[in-house]
Amino acid sequence: MTDFEPSPDEVDTLLEQLDREAEEMGYHLNPGIEFTKDLVRGLLVNENRYGYHSCPCRLASGDRDEDLDIICPCDYRDQDLNDYGACYCALYVSGEVMAGERELEPVPERRPSPEMREKAARPLSIPSGSEPLSSLSYPVWRCRVCGYLCARDDPPGVCPICKAGMDRFERFI
Amino acid sequence: MELEHVEGEKRGKVMLYALSTCVWCNKTKKLLSDLGVDYSYIYVDLLKGDERKRTLEEVKRHNPNVSFPTTVIDDERCIVGYKEREIKEALDL
Repeated sequence: MTDFEPSPDEVDTLLEQLDREAEEMGYHLNPGIEFTKDLVRGLLVNENRYGYHSCPCRLASGDRDEDLDIICPCDYRDQDLNDYGACYCALYVSGEVMAGERELEPVPERRPSPEMREKAARPLSIPSGSEPLSSLSYPVWRCRVCGYLCARDDPPGVCPICKAGMDRFERFI
Repeated sequence: MELEHVEGEKRGKVMLYALSTCVWCNKTKKLLSDLGVDYSYIYVDLLKGDERKRTLEEVKRHNPNVSFPTTVIDDERCIVGYKEREIKEALDL
């Protein structure tokens, strides 16, 4: 059905890597192995198509800047894990779901609609009302995926907490 | 990629807008097939140019969030996401 079909080895390799990274950072992949493999296959198809792991359950534009918020792990994962016990596509699940203490339920789309996204300017500028903090010796950068904050001239190349790339950081203060 | 039609029992016009990489879309497709109803589906991520634009406008009319799967029954009832019970109800099953 798709233009590219990753090999079972490629799927297993990425699955192992994601699982290792998730567990190291207190996240969990969905324990339903076949389900999770299908999602990982989708990530690999999207990597082949677009050059990045766009969410398999969302329509990517193919423009990295437009798709930044839905590159896995997406900007919405952590909130959805708290509210629904799973991220939108359910690649990641909460500890409760992992332990079988909570049922998986459909996760409504939290990503703003295309119109709303067009209207919303990228929050890269300094938020208004933060003037009293402008005397800080360094700007503060926030990882949009996990909320990690750091004060330094530029954001790190890779988020040390969730491994999201540099372009997932916004200037927070 | 064109609109694909799956033969089955006629229970109204059933249209599934899906993504080829989406697990929930494929679960919905499997559900419709298992129910044995007549339906059509299209993988929007495989569309290009005008066809993609046109199809996205169709999805948006029913589901302003343009998320997938979007199942539209008789051009009016719209079910967003893999919701087995709602889909069955809408099909009187």
